[in-house]
Amino acid sequence: MTELLARLPETTAAHLGLSLAALTLGVAVAVPLGVMAARQPRLAGPLVGVASVLQTIPGLALLAFMVPVLAALGLTSIGVLPALLGLFLYSLLPVLRNTITGLAGVDPAVREAALGVGMTPRESLVQAELPLALPVILAGIRISATWTVGTATLATPVGAPSLGSYIFGGLQTRNYAAVLVGCAASAVLALMIDGLLRALALGLERRRRRVTTASLAGLLGLGAIGASPAVCTLGTRDEAPIVIGAKTFSESQILAQVLAGRITEQTGDAVRTVDSLGSTVVFDALEHGQIDAYVDYSGTLWTTVLGRGEPRPGRTELLDEVGRALAEERGVHVVAALGFENTWVLAMPRAQAERLSVRRLGDLAPHAPRLRMGGDYEIFQRAEWAALVTAYDLRFAEQRTLDPSLMYEAVRSGQVDLVAGLSTDGRLAALDLVVLEDDRAVMPPYDAVILASERLRRERPDVIAAMRRLAGTIDDATMRELNRRVTEAGESPAAAAAWFLGRPLPP
Amino acid sequence: MIRLIDVTRRFGDRLAVDRVSLDVAEGESLVLIGGSGSGKTTTCKMINRLVEPSAGRVLVDGQDVAHQSGPRLRRRIGYVFQRLGLFPHMTVAENIGVTPRLLGWDADRVRVRVRELLELVELDADAVAERRPDSLSGGQAQRVAVARALAAAPPVLLMDEPFGALDPLTRERLQGSFERIRRELRLTVVFVTHDMIEAMRLGDRIAVMSDGRLVQVGTARQLYEAPVDATVRELFAAPRRQARLIESRLERGAP
Ligand SMILES: Nc1ncnc2c1ncn2[C@@H]1O[C@H](COP(=O)(O)OP(=O)(O)OP(=O)(O)O)[C@@H](O)[C@H]1O
Ligand SMILES: [Mg+2]
Repeated sequence: MTELLARLPETTAAHLGLSLAALTLGVAVAVPLGVMAARQPRLAGPLVGVASVLQTIPGLALLAFMVPVLAALGLTSIGVLPALLGLFLYSLLPVLRNTITGLAGVDPAVREAALGVGMTPRESLVQAELPLALPVILAGIRISATWTVGTATLATPVGAPSLGSYIFGGLQTRNYAAVLVGCAASAVLALMIDGLLRALALGLERRRRRVTTASLAGLLGLGAIGASPAVCTLGTRDEAPIVIGAKTFSESQILAQVLAGRITEQTGDAVRTVDSLGSTVVFDALEHGQIDAYVDYSGTLWTTVLGRGEPRPGRTELLDEVGRALAEERGVHVVAALGFENTWVLAMPRAQAERLSVRRLGDLAPHAPRLRMGGDYEIFQRAEWAALVTAYDLRFAEQRTLDPSLMYEAVRSGQVDLVAGLSTDGRLAALDLVVLEDDRAVMPPYDAVILASERLRRERPDVIAAMRRLAGTIDDATMRELNRRVTEAGESPAAAAAWFLGRPLPP
Repeated sequence: MIRLIDVTRRFGDRLAVDRVSLDVAEGESLVLIGGSGSGKTTTCKMINRLVEPSAGRVLVDGQDVAHQSGPRLRRRIGYVFQRLGLFPHMTVAENIGVTPRLLGWDADRVRVRVRELLELVELDADAVAERRPDSLSGGQAQRVAVARALAAAPPVLLMDEPFGALDPLTRERLQGSFERIRRELRLTVVFVTHDMIEAMRLGDRIAVMSDGRLVQVGTARQLYEAPVDATVRELFAAPRRQARLIESRLERGAP
């Protein structure tokens, strides 16, 4: 917890910087657009329409969508840029709508008087209409600010540091204090910005110069605090020569720390880790050189990344084929297999398994229509799930998508009857869940493999060599223990990795 | 100074102003009088191009206004709106100084000018200069609107029922002030009203409008002695009827 709190100031600053930058851009674009729309009512409909559609896209989806878009444009596709762009789009609607409404609400007599005293349309806009619409526009900016600060927590999965890392990380490790810290800090930021904007509105309206200046100074101050870290990460790549990625679950984060620790130990180079990237975001990032390495699983690469299906070769052949195909088709290199397999498994509480006498997936079909199934964000979308359901003829009473930690909580408290989890998850043993045997071998093998970027392979053979020495060093039991340390014992991924690296290397 | 030649304005298929021709000499005060919807406001707005004529020409100071930039023209023509249109977000002083600022006067010159004008319209500068228009009484607001129209010392002033919404006493006082200002500054004025007494008091000549057409133009005496139609005759009849009514009531010793 103290370790978490130590990072809070810089994370908050980064969050602040990201939100304010997006908001500033949003205002800079939406106000002129609103003015145009107010002048040409034919534009208003389409503009508000587009902004409304952007607004209805769930925040996480919008941010995640920026990753392939930026990658297609050949720009930095993970990190601050996609988050900034997504949040910017998200911030447009309230400002745009309020600018149009505010200008439309100006008394026509005042507009006519402005022309009557000799103003040009532009002078009328600047000296009469905008000042009169200002309270409404500022109200729009306040709504936008609150949304942007809240939604910025979703910047974590696209690789931008934000308070979301407390929320996502906390959910992973069942550290609800961290979740609370993340939410509270983001709420405090939102309230602060909102308060300052309200003071600004009041100061301008009542002509209290001191209130206006103070609130502007406050906003600028927040901007300055936010600018320091944000600007640093905005560049194409940052100061650390090597960047290791991780997916949103703790195993991936532990392994990223293991890679980072091993590389630093062997080469002395600074290594940065980017946590909580979306499952496909992370591969895109590697392919486009935004990160240098991360750990993925052979089965995932086979189906999700390479889009291969049946017939499927055996475990070793599949690993070889994945390595060859990734190198040829995607310019990504398999450095080593770590030694353990982490496959998707279906598991249910022991008591229930015994009552139903279910031991294998083959036994499950007759019971499925009365069972409620819990899965994480991915499983139901995956090709393997479709294959599994067809092969074993499984039709569940209900399928619920849950955050992994909530999923285990749900099966513990009997709110779902079985779960689809990962075989190395420490919680399977901790909750005494029976893993149902995949008796027809439908699931592909899921060997954990270290993937490296083309750049790293070309430029840093020493780093590749350092990672290769991890080959075969983590068996199933070791991985489960590492996971247990984080999800059950509350250690940080870095601490768990340090425990592992402190052990003697095999000769 | 102002010349309208066969000026027509259509709104859709409705003729708001129908072939109006009119001359206003330099320093003259012309009153436009007529019923509601007879086209007085529209005629006024065509003089400073707030409304463009559908046909006909408008000359100000010998120049066709159609060839001049609207904003520049309007900075030379004071306009008091029927609904005043004071800027609610500006102080009284800022409202009055708006046209001089548009003309690029420096701040000191504007400040001095605002003081002068507040004095001219008989307002206490210290009491009202820094107030917002919505805190003024109706009469004060009217005076501010007149001051704003006069701020850049325009040779021509258009006034659209400026005293319409005031109580009779205040109105009389303002009419008195205005009459004095107009003569002091030798303004050319077009003044809209539908009140014949106001017209007789403030107008050198009176132009009667009805249904978008100019019915008759002349001094009050000319209109009285040779009214062209019933509309014009009725303009004089109504106030006299009212006056007689008051007198007879009082003579009969009514309560
Ligand atoms: N912008 C406009 N669009 C459509 N019709 C208009 C417009 N302005 C004026 N009109 C119409 O033109 C006619 C003349 O209007 P105008 O405002 O000039 O009358 P007015 O003599 O000033 O009346 P009042 O004494 O009520 O102010 C009216 O029938 C009015 O409805
Ligand atoms: Mg009118």
